[in-house]
Amino acid sequence: MSEAAGADTLAAHAKASPPTDADPAPRGTPCRSLAGDPMLVYLIRRIGGALGVVAVMAVVVFLAIYAVGDPVEVLASPEADQAERAAIAQRLGLDRPLVIQFVTFIGNALQGDLGRSFVYNVPAVEVILQRLPATLELALAGLLIAMVLGIPLGLVAGLRPNSWTGRGIMSGSILGFSLPNFWIGLMLILLFAVQLRILPASGRGETVPLLGVPVAFLTLDGLRHLVLPALTLALYKTALVIRITESGTREVMGQDYIRFARAKGLAPARIVLVHVLKAVLIPVVTVLGLELGSMIAFAVVTETVFAYPGMGKLLIESINRLDRPVVVAYLMLTVVIFVVINLVVDLAYAALDPRVRLGGQDA
Amino acid sequence: MSAAAALPSPTPAGWLRRYARRPGAVIALVVLVMLVAAAGLAPWIAPQNPYDLAALDIMDNMLAPGQELGTGRIAWLGTDDQGRDMLSAILYGLRISLGVAIASVAAASAIGATLGVVAAYAGGFVEALIMRVVDLQLSFPAILVALVLLAVFGRGIDKVVIALVVVQWAYYARTVRGSALVESRREYIQAARCLALPRGRIVFRHLLPNCLGPLIVVATVQIAHAIALEATLSFLGVGVPVTEPSLGLLIAHGYNYLLSGKYWISVFPGVALVIAIVAINLAGDRLREVLNPRGAR
Repeated sequence: MSEAAGADTLAAHAKASPPTDADPAPRGTPCRSLAGDPMLVYLIRRIGGALGVVAVMAVVVFLAIYAVGDPVEVLASPEADQAERAAIAQRLGLDRPLVIQFVTFIGNALQGDLGRSFVYNVPAVEVILQRLPATLELALAGLLIAMVLGIPLGLVAGLRPNSWTGRGIMSGSILGFSLPNFWIGLMLILLFAVQLRILPASGRGETVPLLGVPVAFLTLDGLRHLVLPALTLALYKTALVIRITESGTREVMGQDYIRFARAKGLAPARIVLVHVLKAVLIPVVTVLGLELGSMIAFAVVTETVFAYPGMGKLLIESINRLDRPVVVAYLMLTVVIFVVINLVVDLAYAALDPRVRLGGQDA
Repeated sequence: MSAAAALPSPTPAGWLRRYARRPGAVIALVVLVMLVAAAGLAPWIAPQNPYDLAALDIMDNMLAPGQELGTGRIAWLGTDDQGRDMLSAILYGLRISLGVAIASVAAASAIGATLGVVAAYAGGFVEALIMRVVDLQLSFPAILVALVLLAVFGRGIDKVVIALVVVQWAYYARTVRGSALVESRREYIQAARCLALPRGRIVFRHLLPNCLGPLIVVATVQIAHAIALEATLSFLGVGVPVTEPSLGLLIAHGYNYLLSGKYWISVFPGVALVIAIVAINLAGDRLREVLNPRGAR
């Protein structure tokens, strides 16, 4: 019985997750002759690919961002004369040829230095890392809400697909998918901050240090500030969790081992909470892991709506102020986060499912 | 349900009948047609031209919904800070939002479908190359890619369309490649190959038309995504220019007044946006059920 559950889990797992690099799986022969362990070969190949993506993105990001506008125009005071402007350009290294700037950028980037912010005049990485805890807090709170709301609703919808409740939940999830994030945020502000006046509309509130990192979720004021942005950010993922849980539940309910459990006379609650949930949770967790990166990206919108001092708001501000090093540093950090998440998921698949690393030969 | 009954009827009328079995989907379609008509006819049916400065009266600014303008006409949805009639602004905004979305989806699906069908038929290196780029594109969230592109290009309707095409084509490429891989194993493609038809003819005359079903479904839903994405970008201030505001930009503009209780300037454009998106999604969802016999209920 547990074997059946395991196989089914893998099938649901592979099905429910968005197609990743595993799709055009390496088509070569299994490398058993080259090295003893196909997993090792796969590992090396995937890490090489990930580094390649980071390198390509570094070039693209640098060229794109350094083609934008002239930061001197923004930084120099309107009365500044030609000499002052030239001095600013020289100080920022903008007077040198683009190729030289690029080589310097890559050289420094390899040492973890992504340049100094033009606006704050401190290392760009530092500016971003200062804002990182706020964004991570928001994203994790969003993930938590998505699971707490999404899994029970998805289970209900999956167990009663043809009832009004089930249909209502699924229609609601379409709304969650399609409504623009910022609009939801505005409506929450209108309702809770303007009409009811029970929650604040903007900011992060009071923070306390936890292991040297300022966090807001340990203070009442911080929590009150976190609720609306986190809820806004969570909405899309909640809809996603509902969909995955629903389809997983419907699929699992028809399986032999569930029918067997029923025949054995197990309580329905136990069947759902232990056997169904176990099979459904794995794809949910996988997908949410994959989605953590996109939540950080979506935080750009949420943070702007709620004036929440995280990385996303910083990105918008930096784009508007042409603070190139900060924009580049933000994008490189995001690229690395995405590549790492994808890599970890791919390697986890390969570890769990031999078909992936053997190139789908026995599939 | 027998297997024969589950197959979609071959005629358009049959499809329409199947579609109409869901009353909600019919309402969505009617609303959608009305919105498209309103957007298309905006210059003729809007009470005023909201961007003709001569038509605006600053004395009419910030009127609440239902109040009377200086000209005696009633502003059913209120006016903004410059005395602009919100109903007119929304009709014009809807026109820009829908136009941008439809243009971007048309271009992205054409590019994506071509690349997808070529990848599936060519195989080998070409396929690997195209699909790697698709994977790379899809591994980054659309909003972030579009945001950076627009930060580089600057504001503008054409630039928004380009950015939306860049972030969308990969979905179509992946969808069409999937169905083309299945179709190219069918007998009629093998027959066409045996007849030694030119490759271009096989791919574009025989293979591509048979992969359009899933493409249409993806494209319908993608229009809603494109509207939402464009609204988001405009809300963030990197989308359409202030001279040609879409619904997203109207909402962003009204956001400044939201906290002081002047809700109508951002709420009504938002309601229009939400109605459009929900209608497209409901219609698209039903379309998928109709076109995909296995998903039929």
